[in-house]
Amino acid sequence: MFEDKERKKILQVHHVKKYFPMDRGKQLKAVDDVTFHVYKGETFGLVGESGCGKSTIGRTIMGLYNKTAGEVIFKGRDVHALTEREKHAFYREMQMIFQDPYASLNPRLTVREIISEPMEVHRLFPNKRKQNARVDELLEEVGLNRDHANRYPHEFSGGQRQRIGIARALALDPEFIIADEPISALDVSVQAQVVNLLKTLQTEKGLTFLFIAHDLSMVKHISDRIGVMYLGHLVELTESDTLYDDPLHPYTKALLSAIPIPDPDIEEKRERIILKGELPSPIDPPSGCVFRTRCPVAMDICARKTPTWQEAKPDHFVACHLYNENGPKVNIQGHNKVEV
Amino acid sequence: MNKDEPILKVNNLHVTFSTYGGTVQAVRGVDFHLNKGETLAIVGESGCGKSVTSNAIMRLIPDPPGKITAGNIYFKGVDLTKLSEKKMRAIRGVDISMIFQDPMTALNPTLTIGTQLTEGLRQHQKVSKEKAIEKAIDIMEVVGIPNPKERLKQYPHQFSGGMRQRIVIAMALICEPELLIADEPTTALDVTIQAQILELFETIQKATGVSIILITHDLGVVAKIADRIAVMYAGKIIETGNNRDIFYQPQHPYTKGLLNSVPRLDLAGEKLEPIEGTPPDLFSPPKGCPFAARCPYVMEVCNKVFPVQTEYTDSHHVNCWLQDERAKSLLATIANE
Repeated sequence: MFEDKERKKILQVHHVKKYFPMDRGKQLKAVDDVTFHVYKGETFGLVGESGCGKSTIGRTIMGLYNKTAGEVIFKGRDVHALTEREKHAFYREMQMIFQDPYASLNPRLTVREIISEPMEVHRLFPNKRKQNARVDELLEEVGLNRDHANRYPHEFSGGQRQRIGIARALALDPEFIIADEPISALDVSVQAQVVNLLKTLQTEKGLTFLFIAHDLSMVKHISDRIGVMYLGHLVELTESDTLYDDPLHPYTKALLSAIPIPDPDIEEKRERIILKGELPSPIDPPSGCVFRTRCPVAMDICARKTPTWQEAKPDHFVACHLYNENGPKVNIQGHNKVEV
Repeated sequence: MNKDEPILKVNNLHVTFSTYGGTVQAVRGVDFHLNKGETLAIVGESGCGKSVTSNAIMRLIPDPPGKITAGNIYFKGVDLTKLSEKKMRAIRGVDISMIFQDPMTALNPTLTIGTQLTEGLRQHQKVSKEKAIEKAIDIMEVVGIPNPKERLKQYPHQFSGGMRQRIVIAMALICEPELLIADEPTTALDVTIQAQILELFETIQKATGVSIILITHDLGVVAKIADRIAVMYAGKIIETGNNRDIFYQPQHPYTKGLLNSVPRLDLAGEKLEPIEGTPPDLFSPPKGCPFAARCPYVMEVCNKVFPVQTEYTDSHHVNCWLQDERAKSLLATIANE
């Protein structure tokens, strides 16, 4: 395959596995053989339902979890092979925004202390005066003001706290930010504020985002490309509009059709694919394709063989036996786009 | 009772909570009605008073610190606010049932599903144990729980989140209530499970004709299942109308703002327009329109007096000074200039 010269891959995730040990020698396969890459300057969205492994992937990329197998390559270097000193430098380039703005800020520190902490750890400034000036600047960048610096987290609303979390992530001027469900704890009108802020910051600073969330409408809104996860596996990956216009994997189709659209006329006409049953346990996942127990078009082969991760169309990856070269062509009804 | 009369009528409801920091005016004069067999969605963001309103209908406001300080709640002509706790207990779970948000905490972990399902039936309708179990099995089939006979003997932890929510729904339905209040029934669930549960609501309503109040912040869910919508903000209902009135002809700037701040899966490249600012503090709510501080069209009057209700159409009511004739004529003049 040709390397796209225009788009530089800043992050490559190669066959990464993360298993957690359980009782009686069993393993919870939170992430099982996931491969994707993120281009510099883009927003890559990772979606899936609870327990699909999307947060584990984020944490494994950050090096917060040790991988079980595979490689995480950030700017040409294996993140999990870094020495302590190299790791220190690595964290200047990659930062994280967490889900719960109530739990991710230390309640005993003032906003200034929270935002200064990473700068102190990395000794960015020769003196306090310069550091404080930078804190003020960051607060303004995220839509707060410098008077907020001496207050404590409990004095802020959820949306404002998330802005503080963003300011902290920006403190080291990173290139890459992993945002793990950054808006799901916020009210709808506030979600849009934070998403717009992230977009503005991206354009201004040329940031690359890995945006992890369960809300596909919001992920589609913010992302350039999207990976869909199910039970530890990446099942489909493509550009966000293509994912909606031409989904390939049966799970993606079901997921898209399950999301209600705030428009009564469209809702009335939409056909839903209602998935039967519930998510199997990641401790004892189904053989072959993990989705086959709920798949409306499962075939014999799905139980026997794990589908390979393949580029079914240009820049459109899928793991499903339906799209094997000699696989059967089955049409799945539902998720019809409704023309109004 | 007249047949066309609404099954539920709430007039001028006020609920307050006394706290260490002062009195929170959680619900500040709410009026709405619910017709027989329809689904009314009460929409709003956290802290707007939507859950307090539904708890007040069930008389589940803990007193102290909470108190219904004014207003009436007429259920089939009877004012629930005037009933004794004993009489209220005979209505709760029998005529009016409630489904709570979190299926993980709504069930008792130490009792079997069978015991919890039949408890209400045995309490209220004095049926025999055998009869109650029979009915529990029937209702479990209705809500789509496979192998109901065996599963009756199991405990909540042996069920998944979606299945637990089905049990909670079965519990709410077993005494065949006329009114079902569902407080964020799918918020804790994944979307594919949410789709299953929403479909279940529609099936049940078709089969039993139960009237539903749905409390939610998810506009997509509302578009799918609501007949009518009431939008709440800072303890007040600021706009009500039929489903399509609210989605296609929103009149209140807050309703418009809410609709513009959610991304739509079916649209590409749309711009999100968030509502700047945050809702007011309900310890000392503003005297005028509570949305005034965030409203892009704010006028002087908005800060002084809460807007009177205007009828945009017969079915569509708004509390906003922009709907006032004087504001309208002024806007028309500006537009002409």
